Amino acid sequence: MSQIAIQVENLSKRYRIGARENQVNTLRERIGNLLASPFAYLRSTLHGPSEEEMIWAIKDVSFEVKQGEVVGIIGRNGAGKSTLLKILSRITEPTNGLAVINGRVGSLLEVGTGFHPELTGRENIYLNGAILGMRKTEIDGKFDEIVDFAEIEKFIDTPVKRYSSGMYMRLAFAVAAHLEPEILLVDEVLAVGDADFQRKCLGKMGKIGKEGRTVALVSHNMTSIVKLCGTAIWIDNGRVSTIDDAKNTVQAYLASGLSAINGQVVFEEPHETIKAYVSSIELRNGNDKIASEFDVLSPIKVRIVFRCTRRFTRFRVAVVVSLFDGVPLFSTTSQDYDSIQGPFEAGTYHAQLFIPAQFLASGQYYLTVALDEPPVKQHDLHEHILRFKVLGNPFRLARNVGFLVHPFEWKLLS
Amino acid sequence: MIQRTRGWGKLALHDVWEYRELLWFLTSRDIKGRYRQMALGPLWIIIRPLIHMVIFSVIFGALAKLPSDGLPYPVFTYTALLPWTYFAGAASQSVGSLVSQMHVISKVYFPRLVVPLSAVLSGLLDLFVSFIVLFGMMAYYGFVPDLVVLTLPLYILMGTATALGVGLWGATLAVRFRDLQFAITYGIQVWMYATPVAYTAKLIPERWQVLYQLNPMYWVIEGFRWALLGKGHAPDLLMLVPMGFVVLLVISGAFVFRRTERTIVDLL
Repeated sequence: MSQIAIQVENLSKRYRIGARENQVNTLRERIGNLLASPFAYLRSTLHGPSEEEMIWAIKDVSFEVKQGEVVGIIGRNGAGKSTLLKILSRITEPTNGLAVINGRVGSLLEVGTGFHPELTGRENIYLNGAILGMRKTEIDGKFDEIVDFAEIEKFIDTPVKRYSSGMYMRLAFAVAAHLEPEILLVDEVLAVGDADFQRKCLGKMGKIGKEGRTVALVSHNMTSIVKLCGTAIWIDNGRVSTIDDAKNTVQAYLASGLSAINGQVVFEEPHETIKAYVSSIELRNGNDKIASEFDVLSPIKVRIVFRCTRRFTRFRVAVVVSLFDGVPLFSTTSQDYDSIQGPFEAGTYHAQLFIPAQFLASGQYYLTVALDEPPVKQHDLHEHILRFKVLGNPFRLARNVGFLVHPFEWKLLS
Repeated sequence: MIQRTRGWGKLALHDVWEYRELLWFLTSRDIKGRYRQMALGPLWIIIRPLIHMVIFSVIFGALAKLPSDGLPYPVFTYTALLPWTYFAGAASQSVGSLVSQMHVISKVYFPRLVVPLSAVLSGLLDLFVSFIVLFGMMAYYGFVPDLVVLTLPLYILMGTATALGVGLWGATLAVRFRDLQFAITYGIQVWMYATPVAYTAKLIPERWQVLYQLNPMYWVIEGFRWALLGKGHAPDLLMLVPMGFVVLLVISGAFVFRRTERTIVDLL
């Protein structure tokens, strides 16, 4: 019988979110707020937070991971995956519940943590190694291997600020990959670097799994989850939704694109504090019929109905089209076009994104919709919310390779 | 085993010992990184107190003609500036340390005590370097320290403890109140004028002396002068009061720090 490496029981973590801000419109109110804010800040810091300011990032999460298992953790953004990893790697404490971990833990929530730009590659290897919990003698022993893996022999005594971003990532991952804990917690680090390097990282991760070490991996890349992991846990809204064989979990997760099958989704009115939200999304074909399957010769119209509950000077709707395995194919935002520049008054809006005919090749795609207030604030996000299919036309444009088609111009020159 | 710790918890200093290599790497990163790509580089360690000394010598020594216990003013003030620069740097660095290292803290686990400790430690290394100039000045003015110079480590320890105590409390509070990072700069400046760095303690009226001497840094500064130059306040019984206070500050600071440490990431 194999040993349990990670045992999690009813783990919960409550976070405090900011209280609702008051609307300020006049200069007078602004000045008033400015003067009152130190007191408001003091009061909010010293007093316990009220119920409505708290949010459960994860709630009653329980699962077991056996020794030598590679387990994937999937879920939408904000579902609580990263919080879970943070608790397991002891960065923060849970509010309730407990986790028992048997073995030395190495966590890799970010590559290159603590790199100092002014220090050389050599110095940073030791520094980063120490931060990740390696002993100096251990790093000494693996030094050549690390340099070799990162392919930076020539630059080992150059300050890392002179490195290209590729070299930087390679070095950072190399150090982390040579960390040899019994349990490795990884968050999304595979999403960096060029395709070549990603392959190399995936290979390394696979090898770590085969060596009998336990790995918990958070990723949005469903392909690598299926490829690397035996089991996968789908976390939805802070709770465990499914624990199953990786393939099954990923399928369940992707299929959860709700009533997505028929090309339309309508959302409930959200909590009143949300300032902008999507009400519905529809996919329509060239004949303006709602559909989830499209001929490659037909355009796809994405209709998004959204509501702003206040005025926005800067605002945009963003759409990402992803491949079947969750890898993004392209993204576009309403801000890319001058015709839909803000400001947006409070109210309901209907927006349409036109994806031309003869653009997406036959295959399955997922649609993600977000409402942003540039540069940083995101008000609403629906990841992989609709699934749709593009069907090859039997006469023309039957896809052979790739994801895009285009009426390219061909000529016979002689 | 991971679960919520209730109450005050333990100090778990062995945990910090486990991570002593990290402490060293962070300290050396601090020092090495600080002086890269500078023409003078590590010379700045010496130059900073030296500049202060020149300014003080001109303003307080030559212009204001503050008495200096019969010592040449430059050596009088430099002997005080060494421990003071160390204390001020170490205290303010460690107060800001958690906030400035948050990108590391939020991504990896290690005992967070390492962070303010390394801030103090890197100041300590700077202090040792600055001694070179002091010895040069002492030789120039013809001071030969006698055996009491052996008490010097005691004063360095006391300065370190004071800086650490302030740093631990400050770093903990600065996570919630970033204001503290600004405030501490001014606080330390005021503290310097409340400490006989630029002037001799004899300027303080007799009836205020006891209160004045409750300042732990008073004893560090006077101790430096006493150990190195033979003038200044020799240690006496009153010194035990601020000493006890500093010990209390460090221990309470460590516990408060430990307590916040558990959920520090959520606040940063």
